[in-house]
Amino acid sequence: MSQATFRIWRSEPGGGAGKFVDYTTEISEGMVVLDAVHKVQAEQAPDLACRWNCKAGKCGSCSAEINGKPRLMCMSRLNSLDLTEPVTVEPMRTFPLIKDLVTDVSWNFRVKKGLKKFKPRQPDAADGTWRMAQRDVDRVQEFRKCIECFLCQDVCHVLRDHDKHEEFIGPRFLLYSAALEMHPLDSDDRLQDLKDQNGIGYCNITKCCTKVCPEHIHITDNAIIPLKERVVDRFYDPVTRLLRMITG
Amino acid sequence: MAAHATYSYDVLVIGAGGAGLRAAIEAAGAGVSVGLICKSLLGKAHTVMAEGGMAAAMAHNDDRDSWQVHFADTMRGGQYVNNWRMAEIHAQEAPDRVRELEAWGAVFDRTPDGRINQRNFGGHRYPRLAHVGDRTGLELIRTLQDHTTYLGVTVHMEHTVIELILDGGRAAGVLAYDRERGRFHVFTAKAIVMATGGAGRAFKITSNSWEGTGDGHALAYRAGAELIDMEFIQFHPTGMVWPPSVRGILVTEGVRGEGGVLRNSEGRRFMFDDIPDNYKPQTAADAEEGWRYVMQDKTARRPPELLTRDHVARCINREVKAGRGSPHGGVFLDIAWIKDKIADAPAHIKRKLPSMYHQFKELADLDITTTAMEVGPTTHYIMGGIRVDADSQESTIPGLFAAGECAAGINGANRLGGNSLSDLIVFGKRAGEYAAQLARKSAAPKVDEGAAERSITASLAPFDRGNAGENPYKVQQDLQDAMQALVGIVRNEGEMQEAVQKLAGFNARAARAGVDGHREYNSGWHTCIDLRNLLDCAEAIARSAIERKESRGGHFREDYPDKVAEFGTFNIATTRQPDGSMRVSRLPLKELPAHLKQVIEEQKQ
Repeated sequence: MSQATFRIWRSEPGGGAGKFVDYTTEISEGMVVLDAVHKVQAEQAPDLACRWNCKAGKCGSCSAEINGKPRLMCMSRLNSLDLTEPVTVEPMRTFPLIKDLVTDVSWNFRVKKGLKKFKPRQPDAADGTWRMAQRDVDRVQEFRKCIECFLCQDVCHVLRDHDKHEEFIGPRFLLYSAALEMHPLDSDDRLQDLKDQNGIGYCNITKCCTKVCPEHIHITDNAIIPLKERVVDRFYDPVTRLLRMITG
Repeated sequence: MAAHATYSYDVLVIGAGGAGLRAAIEAAGAGVSVGLICKSLLGKAHTVMAEGGMAAAMAHNDDRDSWQVHFADTMRGGQYVNNWRMAEIHAQEAPDRVRELEAWGAVFDRTPDGRINQRNFGGHRYPRLAHVGDRTGLELIRTLQDHTTYLGVTVHMEHTVIELILDGGRAAGVLAYDRERGRFHVFTAKAIVMATGGAGRAFKITSNSWEGTGDGHALAYRAGAELIDMEFIQFHPTGMVWPPSVRGILVTEGVRGEGGVLRNSEGRRFMFDDIPDNYKPQTAADAEEGWRYVMQDKTARRPPELLTRDHVARCINREVKAGRGSPHGGVFLDIAWIKDKIADAPAHIKRKLPSMYHQFKELADLDITTTAMEVGPTTHYIMGGIRVDADSQESTIPGLFAAGECAAGINGANRLGGNSLSDLIVFGKRAGEYAAQLARKSAAPKVDEGAAERSITASLAPFDRGNAGENPYKVQQDLQDAMQALVGIVRNEGEMQEAVQKLAGFNARAARAGVDGHREYNSGWHTCIDLRNLLDCAEAIARSAIERKESRGGHFREDYPDKVAEFGTFNIATTRQPDGSMRVSRLPLKELPAHLKQVIEEQKQ
């Protein structure tokens, strides 16, 4: 049994001032950062606030910034961190702070509400069902692995540094839109919205979102870039524009 | 202190897992106003952890499947103390509920001809589980969540219900607090749907998250509803055992469905050593036949690793106790061996079991495509819960409905894997439908402000005691240790009586629990409140288990190791007496109608 120090962000209630507080605790083999936070909670700071549910990287609740990197606390093993220095654990900085490690992520739920919903084509078979080949759903299944941890939103500089929450939906919802646009059954069209209201043009493909995705979804390459290409083909391709001018 | 705010709905749904969301969708579709309360953020409920799939006899992969076979499988798995009407409805309606998900955007794995693919699972005669790799629960919850987004349902996230309030014997509303600010809220409703999930947190080793504290069970019980089958706990045979911090986290049965085998430290496939008589006709004679079954050879019978969960868990327990376990106290689950059978095994495993691959790689530094996993039983599911009417899901309290894990009946003594996700959508829909129907013809109820006041005062008492009170985390830990040791996989009279004694002590300590700090997002305080629910559930589990002097399904007693016919004629019910004590009684089962008897007989071979 050895010890490690965790430098955890503690805030005053009501989003007041905050500071790092060091907690030293016993650690054992196989522990993850969330275990350490729980240990601190049970032994030293019962009112320490943190979100968590599944503890297996499946629900996306325990998002935080560990040593400055956006990660899930439940999937950050202590043996992957340098324990000779205090491990810093702080809340996601892109969202308003509620308390300690808990942030107000309600903006994300509001954004989703504003996007066009899934609209399936007419069923393929008389019994009201559809036929889809596995190879045609592979890509959409990759996108649907998203656990809505919002780490991609946290790291995205358009939101984090430029605060474009009103004009840009962020990587999570570009991915969500891509999952609908590439869904073999979906019959709606979201390109106009992506261009005008969802701010897809703000993304300058730095791929930070892909790097932090705990589900290893290729957000930029497989979702955002293809959507950008579709928007460009539709609205900025000179030949198409010319054709549209002629045909009205 | 008065409540901060009051909300009023036609239908109030408590819980936003699969059952709660499905109920909300149905009620909203019926045109009534719907409020949805969830303990966490939307989309984080425990449904998200379900891996293997949802059982529905669509017969895509084997055209011999039908609702009759599914019904018979469910009854056999539940050892015939199920509510047969629920098992019948479930088997009949599950296919439509699954297809409906596809219309709402769910993307299931496909068969070669483009239909929803179905996989093998324990206790199911034919491949029956619609699935998405091993993240079916995520697909279910996200599909329902996204669909709900557009229906005008008001969602109250991170709210926890403290008390169910009645008006003249009818469910009338609830008192809840919000985590963010610790403020109290009163909700009134013409009908309430309880969909709060399980109570796995009563045990030390569990696959359940912090939310699984039996809230719905306990709220309904304290308000006077009847609980049944509380002795039946499902210990899932395969939870992670190492490293210690992830002990209990689920390893999907899908691993065995895809060909994974269980071995002891001697390398022996010990599941072949003990096959119950009623499953013998359906179980493979040797390893070779078992593999053919995995490869969907219709003439082959299933390998013994796919026997029901209660049985597999006990076999693992036996091997470990006999000293034939793995280094960290489990047994070996090996999927890597299929490389002897198929060419591209590692890629195949990663495609079929992506999140298992990921989970072991990241949490245990282990590559499941090359190395066997160590697994052992983990508390997974409670078959027992609120007694409901099979068709409407209404409880014994008028106006209170229940669906999903917190309701009881469909699973009997043991639930088959895959029957939970389908249970959520079949009975979630029915609960929403009948709750809306009732709301339409009911007047707005009154919530007694005095009752809310008293409950608020009691809830705040831990702050008065501060750090001088009992540490709530410590009480919870002691409760979990006691339940694990004394009312676990193998039970006996003496240990369970000891558990009941200990529970009285924990109750006294919980009543003295104290916490420091502010009301904002204070986990210590939340634990104080959850403790009451855990304690009520634990007591119902222990007392029901003492009453059932036989072994059946998830309930195994070493002092009564055999099944006793007489105990197959009733359920055990627990109700709260006016003086606060718990009454245990026997509730005779309704006789199986002739047409269902015949179905069961036909499927016995």
